[in-house]
Amino acid sequence: MATPGGGKLERFLKPLKSERKKLVDVTLSGKVEALAVATSRTRILNRLRITDILFRQLARASAIGVLVILGGIIVTLIIGGSQAFWTFGFNFLVDETWSPASGREKFGALGAIYGTLVSSFIAMLFAVPISVLIAVFLTELCPLWLRRPIGIAIELLAGIPSIIYGIWGFFIFKPFMQATLQPALINTFENVPILSSVFEGPPYGTGLLTAGLILSIMVLPFITAISRDVFEAVPAVLKEAAYGVGCTTWEVVWHVVLPYARVGVIGGIMLGLGRALGETMAVTFIIGNNHRVHSSILAEGTTISATIAAEFGESTGLHQSSLVALGLILFAITFIVLAAARMLLSRLEKRVG
Amino acid sequence: MGRYRWRRLRNAIIVTLSISATVLGVGWLVLILGALVFEGFGGLSLTVFTNVNSGPGGGGGLLNSIVGSLILTSLATLIGTPVGILAGTYMAEYGKSAKLTIVVRFINDILLSAPSILIGLFVSVIIVKPTSHFSGFAGALALALIVIPVVVRTTEDMLSLVPRELRESATALGLPGAYVIRHVCYRAARAGIITGVLLAVARISGETAPLLFTALNNNLFTVNLNDAFPSLPMAINQYYSSIYDDQKQLAWVGSLIISFAVLALSIIARALSSTRTSS
Repeated sequence: MATPGGGKLERFLKPLKSERKKLVDVTLSGKVEALAVATSRTRILNRLRITDILFRQLARASAIGVLVILGGIIVTLIIGGSQAFWTFGFNFLVDETWSPASGREKFGALGAIYGTLVSSFIAMLFAVPISVLIAVFLTELCPLWLRRPIGIAIELLAGIPSIIYGIWGFFIFKPFMQATLQPALINTFENVPILSSVFEGPPYGTGLLTAGLILSIMVLPFITAISRDVFEAVPAVLKEAAYGVGCTTWEVVWHVVLPYARVGVIGGIMLGLGRALGETMAVTFIIGNNHRVHSSILAEGTTISATIAAEFGESTGLHQSSLVALGLILFAITFIVLAAARMLLSRLEKRVG
Repeated sequence: MGRYRWRRLRNAIIVTLSISATVLGVGWLVLILGALVFEGFGGLSLTVFTNVNSGPGGGGGLLNSIVGSLILTSLATLIGTPVGILAGTYMAEYGKSAKLTIVVRFINDILLSAPSILIGLFVSVIIVKPTSHFSGFAGALALALIVIPVVVRTTEDMLSLVPRELRESATALGLPGAYVIRHVCYRAARAGIITGVLLAVARISGETAPLLFTALNNNLFTVNLNDAFPSLPMAINQYYSSIYDDQKQLAWVGSLIISFAVLALSIIARALSSTRTSS
């Protein structure tokens, strides 16, 4: 009796067989009306069962589809970038030469990797303390009626498309940097030993610092939102006990809230970092697109995503492969950062829930 | 006594800092929105919505870009939403603790914050480069790949909130599983799922990076999805660096339109989800 279709088909057919047996019974009894009822019943049950299985398999296929998307991205990036990796080998990672001129094509990712890491580092340097402080304000200090509007304003900041940050950075922030902040930094640190090379001019307006600052505004809402959520998850009893023995707001935050929420805040920071590393449109306009590694953070630089955005459209051959290889490097970096973030946050969810 | 004063002082410093941080955060939103209104509002006129851009110095509008964006966004939502809802359904209803669900949830969370330019790169390498022409289809597909993880996440979360008793009582009436999901669970989770879709639409309507090498841009009015396709973000991307003032103005007007569309969408989504929680 066993069909070669396996267990699933068997399970599907078994009820049908019993249904048919009933049908035969009814037929033998000779009642015509009963026969009609039984036939239509079988048909309906049949249809329901088929849609049931179809729906289940469709849902399963869609879930697998999510895996296929990620798998497809990884495979595509590896295959597309393999030519560059074969040609340049390990040098691809440590060389800063990026010359698409035909005839002397040579590509090294160092400049782009350096720019990506430095601009993201600057972004985190500003965004992390500001976000945590805003979260402290929202959970500990803010009057209740103001909590929701400010929370919404911060979340709206997260909703603004990145190209708007790019436009704003290009027309409003860049002139400000060029005219005010960068000259001030250059003059202040002119005679300080190491810092003078970190803040070395000329003030282009564009550059790593400008990009880092714009990125810090972009990731700020992400870190704030998660920090606020984990701060709110701190049991009120703990805080009340600390206030009860006479702690100041800061002492409660530092000794009770932060230790309790540490994992979540770090998860939020990693999530923000993942955004900053891969951000494209906000950075492309204001980073200067220069592949050199320079000690000054005022110098023009580039990031992996900015390089891809600027050059991939018209690229061919080895140039295109090098850009895809850059994409693979970016993917690897963000994957590690985001995976770490998710692990930390899911550990927290388990503890809270 | 000295120690007490020091503690008070330190607290005052931190409180001041956190208030200033909040002012800075909100202030920045005001600065950005203010700049958009200030620079873009002046250029906002009927011609923006009725005319196609007529080249540098000739004025014109953003009609083709707006229509293009609407088409791309709707198509991407149409492709991405069913897949996302079905995948989320599998995770919440069928394979709640299956290995597949755990892996998909993890991967989906990664996709949710993966750099969107990599999505564009992926679609470009598999579709645009082999066919050697830019196309609206490729752009819509890239955007759909961004919609999917957002919808998967909200669908799974919202279906998990549907009480078990509801499913059990429907099943006890003799309804088959798929019927229970489609007619009971979806109905209960509807507001949440729609919120997720709206958030996804808000996200993709401003996305530029995935369109850079897929749909590219088109200065003409077109509905031919098999050709380079116009969109509002790409129009901004093209005009911002123009030396002509009227094109720069158009870039600002476009930014204003996108921003307020996106903000309106996310506020609607938020209102929808809050009515659900309050009722």
